[in-house]
Amino acid sequence: MNFGPFLFLAVFGMAALVFALAPLAIAWLWARVFSPRKPGAVKNAIYECGLDVQPTGWVQFKSEYYLYGIIFLIFDVETIFLLPFAVAFKGLSFAACLAMLLFILLLAEGLAWAWARGVLAWK
Amino acid sequence: MNQELQNELSRQGVVLTTIEDLYNWGRKNSLWPLQFGLACCAIEMIAASMARFDMARFGAEVFRPSPRQADLMIVSGTVTKKMAPQVVRLFNQMPEPKYVIAMGACAICGGPFRDGYNVLQGIDLYLPVDVYIPGCPPRPEALLEGLIHLQQKIARQRLTGPERPRHLEENVPGEFPVPQFGPHDLVGPRLCKTRTPDANS
Repeated sequence: MNFGPFLFLAVFGMAALVFALAPLAIAWLWARVFSPRKPGAVKNAIYECGLDVQPTGWVQFKSEYYLYGIIFLIFDVETIFLLPFAVAFKGLSFAACLAMLLFILLLAEGLAWAWARGVLAWK
Repeated sequence: MNQELQNELSRQGVVLTTIEDLYNWGRKNSLWPLQFGLACCAIEMIAASMARFDMARFGAEVFRPSPRQADLMIVSGTVTKKMAPQVVRLFNQMPEPKYVIAMGACAICGGPFRDGYNVLQGIDLYLPVDVYIPGCPPRPEALLEGLIHLQQKIARQRLTGPERPRHLEENVPGEFPVPQFGPHDLVGPRLCKTRTPDANS
């Protein structure tokens, strides 16, 4: 039987397999013979460092501040746009002014919607 | 094996050993400490691992940030009662075989803070300490000395027989009891029975 150059490759492949698996097998056998497995609640715990979470992260909290924060963020961003708009106001074309007006109206509509929903009243 | 014969053969250039010795030789020269420090002793521990003192010469430079990969716990500094349960938990999460070095007066007995209401009077109340390194803080050379002593201790350990270490016994539990926070002090079983209870509790 003559496999040509492939016999050589097959031998190398087998050697590579044995080289990789032999240490794993030895480690497994060593563990079986010498070191008894002792799993435990603390050892198997996922959490390693620091203090445990007290008592849990799943809590109810009031969402009012979150709404305030979102609305503040909108107007904060609006200020950033308004300043360059005011500086360049004289040189702007009609279309640019219209676009800016649309932008401000959209935000104002958002504010009116939030106001109408009673978001701005702190309960 | 006969020690005389072994010496004679090694003089002739033939090295004979046992699996046990080979195993211990490998373990003692590749201790992986857990990377955590509790107080000022940790600074000396860091210095010992850096280039000037170079703990890598003794194979113990691979500080692991996870207890799952570490086999040496260097308790470097004051153990407060609030921190003690975490220290014991970290030790419990380390794989066997594992060792503890109590570095400095605080880790040994509480040191200058011994009478503090919040200071544990020695980590050996909860962990089996292998090597005690006195000093406040011990210099890096002292830590290296302690490490060498630990290496000698590991080299003497037996794999079989009645003198084998605790973790090789089938029926000995693998985890040490984690102390709990009581109303005034840590509660839970302690290792060292001969000590008197805390003066403050």
